[in-house]
Amino acid sequence: MEGFILVKQGAEARLYQGTYLGRPVIVKERFVKNYRHKHLDDTLTKERMKSETKAIVRCKSVGIPTPMIFLVDFNRRMIFMEHLMHSMVLKDYIEQTPLDILFQLSILIGVTLGKMHEGNIIHGDLTSSNMLLVNKHNKDEFLDLNELKLVLIDFGLAHVDPSAEDKGVDLYVLERALLSTHAITEKIFPKIMEGYQESYSTGYKEVFAKYKEVRARGRKRTMIG
Amino acid sequence: MVIVLGFEGSANKLGVGIIKDGVILANPRKTYITPPGEGFLPKETAQHHREKVLEVLRLALNESEVTPNEIDVVCYTKGPGMGAPLATVAIVARTVAQLWNKPILGVNHCIGHIEMGRLITGAKNPTVLYVSGGNTQIIAYARKRYRIFGETIDIAVGNCLDRFARILKLSNDPSPGYNIEQMAKKGYNFVPLPYCVKGMDVSFSGILSFLEERTKSLLEQGHTSEDLCFSLQEVIFAMLVETTERALAHCNSNEVLIVGGVGCNLRLQEMMGEMCKERGATLFATDERFCIDNGVMIAQAGYEMFKSGTRMAWKDSYVTQRFRTDEVETTWRTD
Repeated sequence: MEGFILVKQGAEARLYQGTYLGRPVIVKERFVKNYRHKHLDDTLTKERMKSETKAIVRCKSVGIPTPMIFLVDFNRRMIFMEHLMHSMVLKDYIEQTPLDILFQLSILIGVTLGKMHEGNIIHGDLTSSNMLLVNKHNKDEFLDLNELKLVLIDFGLAHVDPSAEDKGVDLYVLERALLSTHAITEKIFPKIMEGYQESYSTGYKEVFAKYKEVRARGRKRTMIG
Repeated sequence: MVIVLGFEGSANKLGVGIIKDGVILANPRKTYITPPGEGFLPKETAQHHREKVLEVLRLALNESEVTPNEIDVVCYTKGPGMGAPLATVAIVARTVAQLWNKPILGVNHCIGHIEMGRLITGAKNPTVLYVSGGNTQIIAYARKRYRIFGETIDIAVGNCLDRFARILKLSNDPSPGYNIEQMAKKGYNFVPLPYCVKGMDVSFSGILSFLEERTKSLLEQGHTSEDLCFSLQEVIFAMLVETTERALAHCNSNEVLIVGGVGCNLRLQEMMGEMCKERGATLFATDERFCIDNGVMIAQAGYEMFKSGTRMAWKDSYVTQRFRTDEVETTWRTD
């Protein structure tokens, strides 16, 4: 990996930054997890690289911004993708942005997720770490929402499924991830649902019913010491 | 100086612990063990606790050389757990508290595990993996609560192990999980099993159904019980380590604490340790004395609550089978 620098070690992969075919790229290396049995590690890694690329391509086809993919290399366990230079992770953005802007943003998040689910794409790991806000004009400014687009990343656990159940679980996973990370969740989550309903009017009713069911299952779960 | 008496009996372990400002004075325990192929049921478990509780209390008092009048507060497990065993032990706690004229505090069982783990290992602000027969949760502290980042969406990891032990008719003495761990050490052929992670949540019921349906035919095909135990451990522990790592990355944390009965499994500790090493984090774990349900964990959490001013009215000293970790405000943590 000459000319590439390690920028982050996430839970599943190391991220390197560099240039490929003259473009700035991020290389996502799903390195060998030594704690895992080799057979299991190989199977999971291959599965997830496939899921990730498939879901990203499918997202493009339904009009959801995702990073472009340049190369998938199973032998080196690497995906080369577009480096979104002027971006901020939603997790950090939420903590430093006034509430009125967050309300607008939440609608946008909901609209995006609604579109994704309408295309039967289940993300599988929606958190505020897996959404990026990218400045459309290559500037490091993030105050005006009209200047930003919302980009979804980390599709390693994604799959395609038309069922309301999986979509409901997807929303529940997001709610839980937000609740545990951001104090403001209770205010913004209803806005996300509002945007979701707006963009996915045909499936909203059924998915929302499933989401409530999944949530009740979680909250009422008996926990025996 | 605060001396706390703690009662625990939410499942098949009955424990009474006495702690004095973080120093453990006594922590005896008795386990209700069922025959191979059988699990423990509420009625029989409660009966076991009823028969043994005074004996264990006497043991704790003798061992600690504490007299009842030195005790400052009596604590018991309020939940979560099995109803009948919880109620049995709570009645004893209420009775001695009134006999000796002491205040009473109901403690969340999961918080007990976490505070015990923090006390024993010295972990400051760890991401906690809580794994037992009834619970599987990934927890991190934020804004005055232990927040649940991930959990099982169906059965607990320990329940999955226990029930697999029943399929193989393994002994429940000292515990089914321990016997699976020993068998797994002799296995080496990996049998692929379903792997189920959803974000930070996990699911074990599919793996169990898979094994319930196929164990017989897998054994006939020449796989050994040892191989199956080995493969099961490899798969379910990989799921737990993966989701813990996800939470760790999400919270930018660098400490992991494993608590709960399954937490004393050395293979789980080894895998978690390997993951921690790869990302420069530290693993904290304890052995069976503190991982497995015990009285001192209830006393220690009660100690923290009592010291930070929590008091409980007699009318609130009931038990509840459903009591989520994030319902408790952690008055004792100021970070």
